[in-house]
Amino acid sequence: MKLKGWKEVTPGAVVTEAGSALKFKTGSWRAFRPKWIEENCIQCMFCWIYCPDMAIKVKDGKRAEFDYDYCKGCGICALECPGKKGNKAIVMEEEGK
Amino acid sequence: MAQRIVAVTGNEAVAEALRQINPDVCAAYPITPQTDMMQRFATFANNGKVKTEMILVESEHSAMSACVGASAAGGRVITATSSQGLALMWEILFIASGSRLPIVMPVVNRALSAPLNIHGDHSDAMGARDCGWIQLWSENAQEAYDNAIQSFRIAEHMDIRLPVMVCLDGFIISHSIERIEYLDDDAVKNFVGEYKQLNPLLDIEHPVSYGPLILPDYYMEFRRAQAEVMTKVSNVILNVAKDFEKISGRKYGLFETYRLDDAEVGLVILNSAAGTSKDVIDEFRNKGIKAGLLKPRLYRPFPYEEVGEALKHLKAVCVLDRADAFGASYGPLFMDIASSIYPYKDRPILINKIYGLGGRDYLPEHAELVLNELAEIAKTGKVKTFKEYIGVRE
Repeated sequence: MKLKGWKEVTPGAVVTEAGSALKFKTGSWRAFRPKWIEENCIQCMFCWIYCPDMAIKVKDGKRAEFDYDYCKGCGICALECPGKKGNKAIVMEEEGK
Repeated sequence: MAQRIVAVTGNEAVAEALRQINPDVCAAYPITPQTDMMQRFATFANNGKVKTEMILVESEHSAMSACVGASAAGGRVITATSSQGLALMWEILFIASGSRLPIVMPVVNRALSAPLNIHGDHSDAMGARDCGWIQLWSENAQEAYDNAIQSFRIAEHMDIRLPVMVCLDGFIISHSIERIEYLDDDAVKNFVGEYKQLNPLLDIEHPVSYGPLILPDYYMEFRRAQAEVMTKVSNVILNVAKDFEKISGRKYGLFETYRLDDAEVGLVILNSAAGTSKDVIDEFRNKGIKAGLLKPRLYRPFPYEEVGEALKHLKAVCVLDRADAFGASYGPLFMDIASSIYPYKDRPILINKIYGLGGRDYLPEHAELVLNELAEIAKTGKVKTFKEYIGVRE
């Protein structure tokens, strides 16, 4: 994408396009990556409620995969996950391993 | 051009201008010597004389933050402050100018702590001179009233959209009673016109975001654009002044010159002390010494070229600063004047005096002392001291 010159930017850095944050992928600085273990998931949706971003996708009313474009790896979902019979449905793994 | 002639203080005159403008929102916190201005304005709001929403905040940092929010939302917004209050606003001043929000703020100039002092000098506004706000300075209550009215047209001009400070000297002007000519309410209302925000947050048909994170790939482009806006300010100020003259009969420019055209020695001085200096210049003219004066009105953005043109023919000039710039070689006004005349091969000899700190009186004797020194420099070409404090005990 060609970057704009100074004569083309909006006055006061006002963003005039609604929902443009979607274009800004903020997951790149994640150091730990949450992994979803579907067989341990009881569909309590705690991860979806607790996620400070919107990085838990929902499909047909059920929890689906992580949205890694926006997940920053904070680990809150893994902490809150009750799992099934003591086995977590979300675990954190180091990125790049 | 019906005008009411009244005897009022500087604070009262500016509060009256603000009443006539009837802004949408005012967020303010009391601080001497501004308190009395906002107290008067709050009385107008309480008595239904204005429809302004008063936001009573717990600090100046909050006052300016509320102004930023209200201005981004789409309102015509004011506040006022002095000294420590302006210092506390500092962080948010940059957000107001960087977001291009045309907030108007009278600054009743007062010294900064420590040591604690409530009286007039220019340390407060000088500390905020490079924060991207326009600064208009006022010699007396009439100029403060006139500048306050014009500042809305300047701030809200579509080429500019920048916040404006209207500076007036604490106590000397803010609390002294002078003869003022008030314009009619309708004349002021028509002059400032309806306010239209550029990108109001409350326009839900056109959603916008203020204050995004701008990283190294774009930050410099926004700063360069901001600098460009500053270059358009002088022209707008002159056009607004032309329109203002039509309703008031009073002329304004980027600066005022007094007996300067054929002068050999001159003073450059801001605000109320300029009035004292003009009297002394008359005395020196009577003695046959060609003295003159330049009083900046638009201090930021500073009109370097125009000021340089106005001063280049003099032999010797003294810049009088009512603020020090610790660790810098000279006072802030001196450094701007030095930059203005620097491009000329033949230029006046410049000296700098620091005067009147913390409300210390600037007396006619001080102007006489300086003008005598300048006359000597003009004759001999020799300077004893480039920077000196006047009116201070050894």
